[in-house]
Amino acid sequence: MDVQTWIYLAVGGTFALYIGIAIWARAGSTSDFYVAGGGVNPIANGMATAADWMSAASFISMAGLIAFLGYQASPYLMGWTGGYVLLALLLAPYLRKFGKFTVPEFIGDRFYSRTARLVAVLCLVVASVTYVIGQMKGVGVAFGRFLEVEFETGVMIGMGIVFFYAVLGGMKGITYTQIAQYCVLIFAYTVPAIFISIQLTGVPLPQLGLGASMADGSGLALLDKLDQTVTELGFAKYTEPNGSTLNTFMLTLSLMIGTAGLPHVIIRFFTVPKVSDARKSAGYALVFIAILYTTAPAVGAMARMNLMDTIQTGPVGEATANLEYEKRPDWFRNWEATGLLRFEDKNSDGRIQYYNDQNPEFTALAERFGWQGNEMVEIDRDIMVLANPEIADLPAWVIGLVAAGGLAAALSTAAGLLLAISSAISHDLLKRTFTPNISEKQELRAGRVAMAGAVIVAGYLGMNPPGFAAQVVALAFGLAASSIFPALMLGIFSKRVNDKGAIAGMLAGLLSTLFYIFVFKGWLFIPGTNWLPNTAEHWLLGIQPESFGAIGALINFTVAIVVSRMSAEPPAEIQRLVESIRVPRGVGAATS
Amino acid sequence: MNSDKPDDPRIDQANADAYWRANLKLVGVLLSIWFVVSFGFGILLVDVLNSISIGGVKLGFFFAQQGAIYVFVALIFVYMHQMNKLDRKFNVHED
Repeated sequence: MDVQTWIYLAVGGTFALYIGIAIWARAGSTSDFYVAGGGVNPIANGMATAADWMSAASFISMAGLIAFLGYQASPYLMGWTGGYVLLALLLAPYLRKFGKFTVPEFIGDRFYSRTARLVAVLCLVVASVTYVIGQMKGVGVAFGRFLEVEFETGVMIGMGIVFFYAVLGGMKGITYTQIAQYCVLIFAYTVPAIFISIQLTGVPLPQLGLGASMADGSGLALLDKLDQTVTELGFAKYTEPNGSTLNTFMLTLSLMIGTAGLPHVIIRFFTVPKVSDARKSAGYALVFIAILYTTAPAVGAMARMNLMDTIQTGPVGEATANLEYEKRPDWFRNWEATGLLRFEDKNSDGRIQYYNDQNPEFTALAERFGWQGNEMVEIDRDIMVLANPEIADLPAWVIGLVAAGGLAAALSTAAGLLLAISSAISHDLLKRTFTPNISEKQELRAGRVAMAGAVIVAGYLGMNPPGFAAQVVALAFGLAASSIFPALMLGIFSKRVNDKGAIAGMLAGLLSTLFYIFVFKGWLFIPGTNWLPNTAEHWLLGIQPESFGAIGALINFTVAIVVSRMSAEPPAEIQRLVESIRVPRGVGAATS
Repeated sequence: MNSDKPDDPRIDQANADAYWRANLKLVGVLLSIWFVVSFGFGILLVDVLNSISIGGVKLGFFFAQQGAIYVFVALIFVYMHQMNKLDRKFNVHED
């Protein structure tokens, strides 16, 4: 069978599976719709959480980022996993004990304030919408590439599938499809990685292959060879830092705090029966996430090695050591057709020179070789994972699998985000704020309508992405880190923080972070409206906008504590509420 | 097992406070390890640790891209295990 048949088979088969699960797992009550009935097995929930968390960015983009940034990509690896330690130790068990349906609900009840609840809803909606647009775009790109349909058609098919199982099943349908999606995506990610690891190092486990010696007989360790290869062509050393330590530190911290504060992840812990299950579930979630996150560095390093070796076939400087353009491999031609890989023969020698022409020292040397600039004018980082099976010459079914895996990653995250958005609307805005008298049946219907609306809005924005769509890391993680995480943590760990402190803190964290992002990226991300160029020399202490979330969180903590100290302490029943969430006994199923 | 509501609420309160302090201590220890393996070994001390290579990987690079993640997983399971023990010791466990 050819590649295209395998792709149709893999994608079609997995989609049929998701629809089958959706019909089986219909929601019959608001509890089913918001928290899957509250009876999800903690290990199953860990798996669903892993799929919920790992998006198109984790599946497609991360290994490419690592391939080209080397050590400098480490904040993403540590940040997006280390956040689970914060979530498990500081939030998940207590929020489970609190036993309600949504994140704004905790903030509204704990700080006995409608304003606090609405601020939380606002942060949740902005963070989640930004995030979901990226997923929809990922679905469109994956469909366009693999199924050869128009981008818009791809987004529409994706929307249709999510619409079906999310509207019908709510959290219950989403949970069980996410479990299936995790299996698909992890299989699709690790199979090519294992093949490539065997080819390069002879070691089947990619995590070990990363530290193994090359199988080419050189006896060099993979990473040493990679360091040598890239530095010979003027690039920075792969395994060593080459940026500001402070910025690396703050970026890692911001991503960790942001991860722990993202509502679509937190609500997954409301679905397990007990407090001890919430702890266990967080541990398993990280195990399932770590399988992909510890494979990614191997995929990145090996993909970079393969790419360099393909183009630079012998010693640097020898005229015949660069690949002849006419002899380029098939995968090279395939990706050139998409425009994501582009070659320009600057010195007209018919051979490809790929080197760092931003490095003045090496450029001087390159001129002596007769090289007139880097000729790989475009290498889109995202193609590394998708092209991997072709680069390693893997069988056609593996390519079909990768297509299904990328779609599973994007769809599972989109569904989780859409649920967070729709439950904030139907539960926090309608049931708990504006129309408290609606019946459970009416609320369930409102939840479905909100979900349908959210799917349509997300699909529309996926097709017509606004300026902020590309700013997921800055905006979603910035908001979650600077507003949601500190409010949740203070609500649990301090009995003294009151309504005024929490609201002032959330607004201070939120506005300072938005201000810092907008100064460099333009007000509301409108191009040209930024006050300062977005370059290292203009950043405050060299801290990039994506790294500011941790500082926003610090501002939030400080303001909340100071304002609370200056105003009345919370009422006795709120202090009792805090005491009750600190002990596991007496937990009930999540309710409204 | 005692009943859920002991006769004297002051004993109950003292017990809950002791449980909370034990919890904070455990979280403090685990978060210190969390900080050391990621921010310490993976970022602040990366250059020093990179001078040591184990099995073909520089140690600083290893912590930043692999080691920290393994430790994170272990930390959550240690936390889960220790908290279940504390829950029983202070008689605040579920069921």
